[in-house]
Amino acid sequence: MRTKRRFRLTLRQRDSVYGYIFIFPFIIGFILFILAPVVQSVIYSLNSLAMEANGVKMTFVGWENYKYATLVNADFVPQLLSTTGAMLNKVFWVLVFSFFAANLLNQNFRGRLLARTIFFLPVVVSAGIVLKLDQTDYLTGVAYDTIQTAQNVPGTSFLSGQILMMFLMQLRIPLKFLEFVAGAVDMIPDIINASGVQILIFLAGLQSIPGSLYEASEVEGATAWENFWMITFPMLSPLIITNVVYTIIDFFISPSNEVMQLIRDTTFFGKGFGASSAMLWIYFATIAVILGIVVGATSRFVFYHDR
Amino acid sequence: MVHTASDTNIELTLRSIKQRRRSISAQAIAMSVLRAVIVIGISYVILFPLIGKFSISIMTRADMWDQTVSFIPKYPTLNNYRLAYEFMKYPQAFFNSFKLALMVAGLQLASCTFVAYGFARFNFIGKGFWFALVILSLVIPPEMIGTPLYLNFRFFTAWGLIPSPGLNLLNTFWPYIVTSITATGLRNGLFIYMMRQFFMGMPKDLEEAAYVDGAGPFRTFFQVMVPGAIPGLVVVFLFAFVWQWNDYQLITLYMKNQVVLPIYLDGLASAVLGDQWQRAPEEISLLNSAGGLMVIAPLLVLYAVLQRQFVESVERTGIVG
Repeated sequence: MRTKRRFRLTLRQRDSVYGYIFIFPFIIGFILFILAPVVQSVIYSLNSLAMEANGVKMTFVGWENYKYATLVNADFVPQLLSTTGAMLNKVFWVLVFSFFAANLLNQNFRGRLLARTIFFLPVVVSAGIVLKLDQTDYLTGVAYDTIQTAQNVPGTSFLSGQILMMFLMQLRIPLKFLEFVAGAVDMIPDIINASGVQILIFLAGLQSIPGSLYEASEVEGATAWENFWMITFPMLSPLIITNVVYTIIDFFISPSNEVMQLIRDTTFFGKGFGASSAMLWIYFATIAVILGIVVGATSRFVFYHDR
Repeated sequence: MVHTASDTNIELTLRSIKQRRRSISAQAIAMSVLRAVIVIGISYVILFPLIGKFSISIMTRADMWDQTVSFIPKYPTLNNYRLAYEFMKYPQAFFNSFKLALMVAGLQLASCTFVAYGFARFNFIGKGFWFALVILSLVIPPEMIGTPLYLNFRFFTAWGLIPSPGLNLLNTFWPYIVTSITATGLRNGLFIYMMRQFFMGMPKDLEEAAYVDGAGPFRTFFQVMVPGAIPGLVVVFLFAFVWQWNDYQLITLYMKNQVVLPIYLDGLASAVLGDQWQRAPEEISLLNSAGGLMVIAPLLVLYAVLQRQFVESVERTGIVG
């Protein structure tokens, strides 16, 4: 009895030791390159910063910067709320689309390699320096408009929500529903461009499902529909959370995000670095809470192998 | 009597099988048509801005203002590419960016996979806490830690080990090396998370077999888990490479005076046009389109190469998938 108990304990200890050895690089990195700068940023947010010839001069102001962000600045709180709302909507559609697209690209058809390469393009094109230049380039936008008016193409996409709406109104479909659909249609290019990473994650997941599962179910006479819900969906469910987390974060920390722009403007043209640090902290807290709720809610439905 | 009955039965079955086959093939055709429509539609939405960028990159100024020109310029030219190649110092900038991205992607892939395995398969006290910190590290906006990190690497004292004012690590690879080997580089939390999900989704049978055969955790990790996770590894490598390649938030902090593509693309218009650059918006568009495509092109090649790799890797690793 005693030996058995002892054995179990050492196993657990062994697990602990190896676990910590494996995550050791992250522990060091977190303390040095994340925790330390974050603490520094907290200090900034409680101070008023002034750039001087021989460095930065800090004056302690307490909660002043936080008061400024929530009570004085008229744009910050409303924009934070509207960005959060837009995020929830977008996450839903991006998830649905990327799941669908990954299943599509996993099928066998001619030109599959080409299609995959194209679907991944947004990751490369609408990121980093290229995206930044596009957003500051007014003229390319003007040029697109000329192209469209010349060809009578309405909107940047092949479908325009408004035209669809006009058509559907004649079918006497409830207006509320129509607005929802039209809004979704207008978001199509946006959604597609935000889904590149998620499609790849799902695709890699689809390819790591053992083919033997499908073979077995085929022998049992399952339909494609049953295969999808009984095999594909549960096997992909861990990656669904990954993608939810990624989409939320990608939306929140993207430099094109309105709150981020407001924060940057505050740093350079407004109240300065102290105030923008306070805004970043409020923003950051909001993201953390939302992420916690969403992950908590979705992780109940996740299926893990051998658990 | 019995004979004929079974004969008709067989005939009936045969006929029904034939009918079913026909309806299946009709269904398959309908499916593939539907699929083609969807794939082409989505491709169009993605390609439209890119085609626009390409057509602008071969235009002259006159074409930009010509209302009758939509996609095909009247005076096509490669001049924008020539200028971009020259002023971006393309060969040198390409080589430096490539070196940096390859190094960063390699180190991050190694460190994140290693850390992820620890989270996926070992139970230890404080695991939940540390994993929450991984997610937290992802959520922290780069702006928040950018300035403190910059100062840290500008006057690097190794936390007291080197006497102040310390070393200036800016414009070297060191800021990237130290953050990459400690799995705290750009979006490394996502890589840890992804690989953890991958490892958790893999069946435990193989690992257990390895343990029974007497392999330790490290050997099991390198010889059993890593080969089984190749599709995930390829994706992580690809992301790390792409994000390093066209990142401009961190690179303007760490590598401001180096010849690398994002910085030289950002300064392309002002380099070519001199002081007058803001007065010539159409020139900026022409140059940025050509330069932007020259920055993107290598990534597309990389993707086309790796993409085949991860289709094949699935077939190679049969058991774990």
